[in-house]
Amino acid sequence: MNTSIFTHSKLNLVLLLLALVAPFVLYPVFLMKVLCFALFACAFNLLLGFAGLLSFGHAVFLGTGGYVTGYLMINTGITPELGILAGTVAAGLIGALYGKLAVRREGIYFAMVTLALAQLAFFFYLQAPFTGGEDGLQGVPRGHLFGVIDLSDNLQMYFFVLAIFLFGFWLIQRTVHSPFGQVLKAIRENEPRAISLGYNVNDYKWVAFIISAALAGLAGSTKTLVFQLASLTDVHWHMSGEVVLMTLVGGMGTLFGPLVGAAAIVTIQNYLSGGELGNYIHIIMGAIFVICVLAFRNGIVGQFRKVLKQNF
Amino acid sequence: MSQDLILETKNLIKAFKGFTAVDDVNLQIERGAIHALIGPNGAGKTTVFNLLTKYLTPTSGALLFNGKDITARKSADIARLGIVRSFQISAVFPNLSVLENVRVALQRKEGNSFHFWKHERVLNRLNDKALALLDDVGLSEFAHSKTLDLPYGRKRALEIATTLALDPELMLLDEPTQGMGHEDVEVVANLIKRVSAGRTILMVEHNLHVVAKLADRITVLQRGAILTEGDYACVSADPRVREAYLGVADDEPAAPVAAVGVHSSVIAGVGA
Repeated sequence: MNTSIFTHSKLNLVLLLLALVAPFVLYPVFLMKVLCFALFACAFNLLLGFAGLLSFGHAVFLGTGGYVTGYLMINTGITPELGILAGTVAAGLIGALYGKLAVRREGIYFAMVTLALAQLAFFFYLQAPFTGGEDGLQGVPRGHLFGVIDLSDNLQMYFFVLAIFLFGFWLIQRTVHSPFGQVLKAIRENEPRAISLGYNVNDYKWVAFIISAALAGLAGSTKTLVFQLASLTDVHWHMSGEVVLMTLVGGMGTLFGPLVGAAAIVTIQNYLSGGELGNYIHIIMGAIFVICVLAFRNGIVGQFRKVLKQNF
Repeated sequence: MSQDLILETKNLIKAFKGFTAVDDVNLQIERGAIHALIGPNGAGKTTVFNLLTKYLTPTSGALLFNGKDITARKSADIARLGIVRSFQISAVFPNLSVLENVRVALQRKEGNSFHFWKHERVLNRLNDKALALLDDVGLSEFAHSKTLDLPYGRKRALEIATTLALDPELMLLDEPTQGMGHEDVEVVANLIKRVSAGRTILMVEHNLHVVAKLADRITVLQRGAILTEGDYACVSADPRVREAYLGVADDEPAAPVAAVGVHSSVIAGVGA
């Protein structure tokens, strides 16, 4: 049962207010980047934190969403909400296929299957004619939302991205606290027992995988519109690793952990890449990962919670 | 013979790379009985359980439930048919509340288990039923505790409540009193006796006091094969059973007690 203050509606309200004010204080594109990665990490956390499944190929869903949205925006002139919807559905479909194969295995084998399938997709996207190969899809138009609101304005785009993030975040929260989520937690806690109660556990894992993949796709589609770019970076296995890092740094299995983790990692990356430490970025990220795993197993939010619990 | 059999195995065999763990076992479980499966360590009792519930696939042989062949069914399907098992190590969901443990079992028949868009409060309508089941096993006061914090004996009681939530026709209990203190054993034995009304129970059990108290019929396994069957008096008097547990022939005076453990003394005591 989640009774901590982190699900408290007051905290939600404060965060929402902050999100509404933020673009007037901070650079909107940076905030949008944080929101996209936060959604990506939240989607990933649904699998890792609540179903106990470590996918090591989640970049493929982020990237697929991006490519599909980018391609459609450039070539068909559809409105951005439809472009994003198409990207999300495409990622969900690939998730359905990959998930079907992957949930047949557990633990490290599950991770390896997802990694292998993601690599397959990476090399496909590298060669496929519609992805632009090494160049990626550049100059993706943001278009007009519902054909009316001009998204080339960063502030308007920001509120659109915020709305998408809130929808995704709400859906994940609901999934975790749904009848389905209950079964998912039972499977995570004791899989043989869940089977003995008559649950076909692979079907539940599969549905969780599809939801997670589709939401990762939603994050990727949105990201492509923000940066007007879909590139191989998003399907590379580095990206799959990065989302693991974000989730663990923030706190896996907590609702706000991935959000905090994504914000922390994106901030650090932005800060470092601009300064003279830019060449050491991977070393520094690696060190952060090692420190987190060794010292804060519960991540930032998990640690914060623990301290709060002990002192109040 | 007009026996009413709920479960039957026909020439059940499980071989692991040259080692035959279950060797041509023909079990017949009568409806309404408490049937105990006993035998020395490594006799294949738990393997039989795993075969009956398809956690393992038999090398050959057939499983019949109510006369229907279920050999090809999956574990979850077998549970849905009404054969629900417990495990040797207590099988609870540690980070769910005690109430949620039972409720997750009740939830299956609601048909909303894939509804990820609904709030979990729709499950609250099952709370009364779950509480009644918890009350049955004396756990209602712990309903909202985290399961992790329950003492071992109570976890096993919770496991039985969760199993009962599915209202199974046949309950398979794998060493329900294993690792328990004397008082808990008594409590759980009484509980099993009570819930056996109107259903069939097949149990693996090491504690022969419990077996003597509960079982209507006993099957003794040794090295994967059925050694003998019958009621407690008949089985405990069988010299082959004593030999299986003691590791020596009945007429040899000095039994290697240290190698045999507690069961030997019980068997020998009853047999003498």
